This record gives sequence, structure tokens and C-alpha cells, in this order.
Amino acid sequence: MREPRPGERVVVGMSGGVDSSVAAALLVEAGFDVVGISMRLWGGTTDSGCCSFDDFLDARQVAARLGIPFYVMDFRDVFTRNVVEPFVAEYIAGRTPSPCIRCNQFVKFASFWERAQELGAEWVATGHYARVHRDPASGEAQLWSAVDPAKDQSYFLFAIEPAVLARTLFPLGELTKAEVRQRARSFGLPVAEKPESQEICFVSTAGYAAFVAEHANGRTGRAGHIVDTDGRIVGSHDGVHRFTVGQRRGLGVSSAAPLYVTDIDAATGTVRVGLRAATLAAGLVAAQPNWLSGLPVARGARLRMKIRSRFAPTEVTIDESTSERFVALSAQGLPAVTPGQAAVLYDRDRVVGGGWIERALRPAS
Amino acid sequence: MPIYCDHNASTPLRTEVLDAMLPYLREQFGNASSVHALGSRARCAVEAARAQVAALIGARPAEIVFTSGGTESNNLAIAGVLRGTQRRTVVTTPIEHSSVREVIRGLQEDGCRVREVPVDVMGRVTAAAVAAQLDDGVVLVSIGWANNEIGTIQPIEGIAAVCRARDVLLHVDAVQAVGKIPLQVRDIDLVSISAHKLGGPKGVGALFARRDVVVRPLLVGGGQERGVRAGTENVAGIVGMGEACRLAAAEIGGFGEACVALRDALGTGLQASIPGIRRNGPLHEDCLPNTLNMSFNGVRGEALVAALDLAGVAVSSGSACAAGAGEPSHVLLALGCSAEAARNGVRFSLGRTNTLDEIERVVALTASVVQRIRATRHAEHGDA
Repeated sequence: MREPRPGERVVVGMSGGVDSSVAAALLVEAGFDVVGISMRLWGGTTDSGCCSFDDFLDARQVAARLGIPFYVMDFRDVFTRNVVEPFVAEYIAGRTPSPCIRCNQFVKFASFWERAQELGAEWVATGHYARVHRDPASGEAQLWSAVDPAKDQSYFLFAIEPAVLARTLFPLGELTKAEVRQRARSFGLPVAEKPESQEICFVSTAGYAAFVAEHANGRTGRAGHIVDTDGRIVGSHDGVHRFTVGQRRGLGVSSAAPLYVTDIDAATGTVRVGLRAATLAAGLVAAQPNWLSGLPVARGARLRMKIRSRFAPTEVTIDESTSERFVALSAQGLPAVTPGQAAVLYDRDRVVGGGWIERALRPAS
Repeated sequence: MPIYCDHNASTPLRTEVLDAMLPYLREQFGNASSVHALGSRARCAVEAARAQVAALIGARPAEIVFTSGGTESNNLAIAGVLRGTQRRTVVTTPIEHSSVREVIRGLQEDGCRVREVPVDVMGRVTAAAVAAQLDDGVVLVSIGWANNEIGTIQPIEGIAAVCRARDVLLHVDAVQAVGKIPLQVRDIDLVSISAHKLGGPKGVGALFARRDVVVRPLLVGGGQERGVRAGTENVAGIVGMGEACRLAAAEIGGFGEACVALRDALGTGLQASIPGIRRNGPLHEDCLPNTLNMSFNGVRGEALVAALDLAGVAVSSGSACAAGAGEPSHVLLALGCSAEAARNGVRFSLGRTNTLDEIERVVALTASVVQRIRATRHAEHGDA
């Protein structure tokens, strides 16, 4: 296991925002040979503000302030193939994609690491809120959640290849957002007061459904009926890509009690809705897991699981675990299990691994 | 200091040029149109510079219009001629600088027709191929004297002859050629030049416009530059351009010989120490003396440029003006390169301050950086 040493070259991904700017500044302060890179991910003509000239200019000015070399590099091919195209395809298939996780998996901690090595770097760093714990006992690099639970982004990082995680630095993992802004001010960074970016970076303000329709090359999610728990047709819709499991708003169905999407069948175009209780599942099946230790977690393990970034974790028991898939069961029930989203497993602060949700396991009743 | 091998992007301001400029940034601040003594001194300085620029290219001083640089000169030459005529077809090539391509594209949207003369694998056009495109509808041929990315020098004399024979105006973008090769503009109608490519300051250039060519102004106002380009003259910049042209005229033979020796040492050294590389563009006499464009198999130009910068060597991929990272070079694509090869092109452009010792270090650093990049594992999902 390698430990980072001052003087070694680190390539840091700089978006022009506060977080990555402070990450770069902290690495400079710690004595690393820091190189800043802005990733040009998307060349669409949307008004999403992603990869804008101004963003690159902010990053370039921060780099100049820090006295580090800075380059803009082109990742549009790999981003389009591994993030944008699957994003569109997943919605059409009636699933709800998680593009930021795929971006981390295929771009920021894969291609980006390759580019860093081309520049002679020993390490890559980003402004993510998470920690890499280099465990002396096991000799492995572990992914831990950030100290600041409000900002923790470890959920989005579960798919990092372990070998890349071992070469990754997250300088913000021990800091709160308030501390990061404070550091930005004390470093004199020109982006200290810049607002957060929240939305999916490549989707314009017109929203994701419009984006899917625009980029689907004629394919779209199938239109069909909205059906209640008794099988009655209660409405219709013009494409499954407009829905996500757990969705309540915008169903166009009147009902005494709030109705939620419980299931989407892309093949028939059927969107099922039910009361809140009907969204609860006894467990889930997740595919294509990434086990950060390299080995599937033991069957019977009791872990905490997050199925959305902002959901509180739920206690689960692992019922099946291989390199192909895992099954997690919850005694209290899992709300809004959404195919296409990630299920990420934690042992205390440590991310054990995670996978892509295939389907919910309904209660036996 | 890095080893600077990007002289086609810009050159260091020469000391003599700075010294010539400084009085006009300090005490000699007059407006060249003013009646008083300060104004008169500024006017005299501008006109002396005009004569220096004219002398370098074999023009008359009255045929020199000062502009803000090569881009403005190209815009003024092309749009300024097209606005005044009924004939609406422009002939150009696919390897022109963006300031030529974009102005022509804009005119196309206004109803002009555009024909492109094909280039061969070295980026060359022939006078016969230009002649084949000329008919009574053609008003202007616009072609670069020397290409900024690969250095190809075009047979301008022959092209000028066919244009003259068909009564078609010829505009030559000579931004990359002036100061690097001896040239005379006597058979050409319009010629664009830029100061900062030959040791002068940025923000100043000139358009040679033959006396009998009608150029409509793009900027109107106080009638400066014989009504072709309004705006208070950039006196210090113009003085700097004049001094740079004076120096270039005196040194141009020696510059070519010295650059060719360094450029060939660089090319030979790279070929000898790095397998899987290819030179883009012509060899020797058809190429600018200072320009070497190479593609390194499996190495994106973007990565090599950044890695060399970290190693202390300044080079370019594509043109410095390309807005986005990672675009394949339109010049290399026009030569028939694949999109990947067109992304792999790196331009070394040398200048009068480079030394043989520097070239040897550039060869060694490039070899080690290319080896490292090629050794980097590329995952299956990664791009080429």
C-alpha cells in the first residue's frame, strides 16, 4: 500500500467550483506537485452551463492563483458513451439512471486516472466529500464516508475500481462545507462565494424528459396506461421515461390519498401506482456489484444500505452475494426501490461495495 | 524558462522593438490626427513604420493599411472586397486559418457561393487546380501563403498569374510567411500580415491592398487609414510592427538557414529516438523553415502538449486559436488523416532564439514523455 508523500505529482480535477478549488489549494499547501485539469465532458448546445467557458476560466484563475499548471482536456467521447447514452437508454427502458455514479466510474476515476498517469502523476484528487482510509492492518485503501454527513458523497463513489481508489486523494473528506468556504476565503480564492451546482450537469433547464426525447434518436419510452394496485386503469401517459419509482407529483391521476409510482413496465408501457405503503419492499436484487475489498461480502452480513444519495441508510441482511449480484433484505422495509439506482452497502463509515438495483423484492403477503 | 517551440502561435517581443515602442507609450502619446507637435510626431512615426512594413514585402507605403492584427486584416480583405461587387463567388482551400474560414462562412450565409480547391496529402494546391475553379462569377481567391499548422508554402506566384489572367482578385493570408521566407507582393491584390508573428507586439497587423483595389471599410468613423480603417492609430504598436519588419528584412536569409538546420535536427532526432511517428506536411523547400508537425501513434496531441509543458517545453496541437480542447485539426483532416491521427498531430515551430542544445533537450524530453504516455494502461472503455 502506498502512502502519498509531499513532492509527488497529483492531478486534481478542477471544475471551477469552490470544492475542487479548495482541494487543489490544500494539496499545494501540503507540498504536492499539483497539476489542475478541467474535464470537457459535454459539447452539447444546451443551456445547462456544463463545461462552459466561464467554468474553465474560473478553474484557470484559481490555478494561476495557486501557481500550478492547468489544462483543459477533452473527455467528450468517453462521457457520451458511458454516461449520456446509457442515461437516455435507461429512461427509455423504464429505469432511473444515476449518471453521476457512472461518470465517477468511467470518467473521473478511470479515463481521468489514465490521463493523470500520462502526465506522470502518482495520484489523482477531486473535491468530493469522502475519505480514503489507508488501513495499515489490511494494507488496503478503503472508501469511507465524509465527516460532514450533510455533504457526504461516498454513495456516488462506490463503483470506483479498488486499484484506482488506492491512488485517489479526497482532501475535503475531513472538512464541513462551512470549513471549505472558510478555507477558500483564507486562500484568497476568487470562487469562495460561488453557488453550488445541483442538477445533472449535462441536462438543460428544460428538464431530463426533454433531454431524453431530444437525444433518443426517435426511440422514446413507450406510452401506456397508469394502473392502480387492483389493476384498474386510472390514467394514461405518453412515455415511461417521464416516471421514476416513488414519484408522486405529475401523475395526472386524482385520488383521495397520495399515489406513488410503484413499478414501471417498459415493455407494455404500464406505470403502476399505489399508496405509500405499496412502495415498501422487503428487499432488493442488485447487479454488477463493485466490492471495494475485491471480494463479495459474506452472506448473512448485517450492513447499512443506502438506495438513494439523500435517503437515510437502512439496516439490511445480505442474503446472497457474488461477483455478479447481491440480494439484501430489510426487516423494516425499503421505500421506493428504483431500478437503475445504486444500492450502496456500508459497515459503519466504510463503503463495502454496491450495485445497480435490478428489482424490488415485494413482501411475501 | 521553458524551451519555447511555439513561434507560429506567437513570438517573443524583440528588445529593439520594445525600445522603439516605449517613447510612444510614455512621453510621445499624441494622437496622430492632432494638429499640434505631439500629434505631428505620432503621425511621422506611423508613416515611418508604414514605409518599413512596405519595404519588407515590396509594397508602396500608401498600400499598407494598419489593423488590429491578422484576423482583422483577413476580415477586411475578404468582406471589404465582397461588399463592393456583383460577382458573388469566393474560391479558397480547406486548410485556411479560422479567421478566413469564418468570414467566408458568414458571407455564405448572406448568399455568397464558396468553392474549395482541394489540397494534396502535403497540403499543397496547384495553380492549375485554382484556375479550374475560376469563372466569371468568381470575384476573389483567398489562400494562405504558408499554413500555420504544417508549414506548407503555396505556389503563390503561379496562382497570382492565373488570377490575373481571369481578372479575379487574389487575397493571400501571409501571416505565417512574413518574416520567415522572403516574399514580394507585387503580383497580388491583398495580403494580410501580423506583427506578433515576427517579434512585434500583439494587437497590430496590416493589410496590403493594391492601389486599384476597392476595399470597403468594416470600421467607419474618423476616416483614418485613407478611410479604409477608422479608429485612432495604435501608434506604439504600429511603431513596433515597423521595427520588427525592419529587423526581419535585414535578417531573413540568416533566419531561414538557421531555422532549417534546427528543424531538421529536431525531425531527425525525433525519428531516430521514437518509433511509430510520422511527419505531417511537406519536406524542406515546400515547408516553412521553422515548422515541424508530427503525429505520434497512440498519443493524443492534447496529452503530449500538456506533458511536454510540465517537462518545460512549449508546443501546440492544432492551431492556438482552436476554441475547444481535443478537436481534431481541420488541416490534418483535409490532408486525409483519420480523426485519430488528426488528434495526434503536434506542432513544433522554432524561432530565432532556439539553440541546438535546446533542440537536443526537446528530443530527449519528447522521447521520454511519449514512452510514458504509451506505457499508460488504457482501459477498454477509454478512448483512443
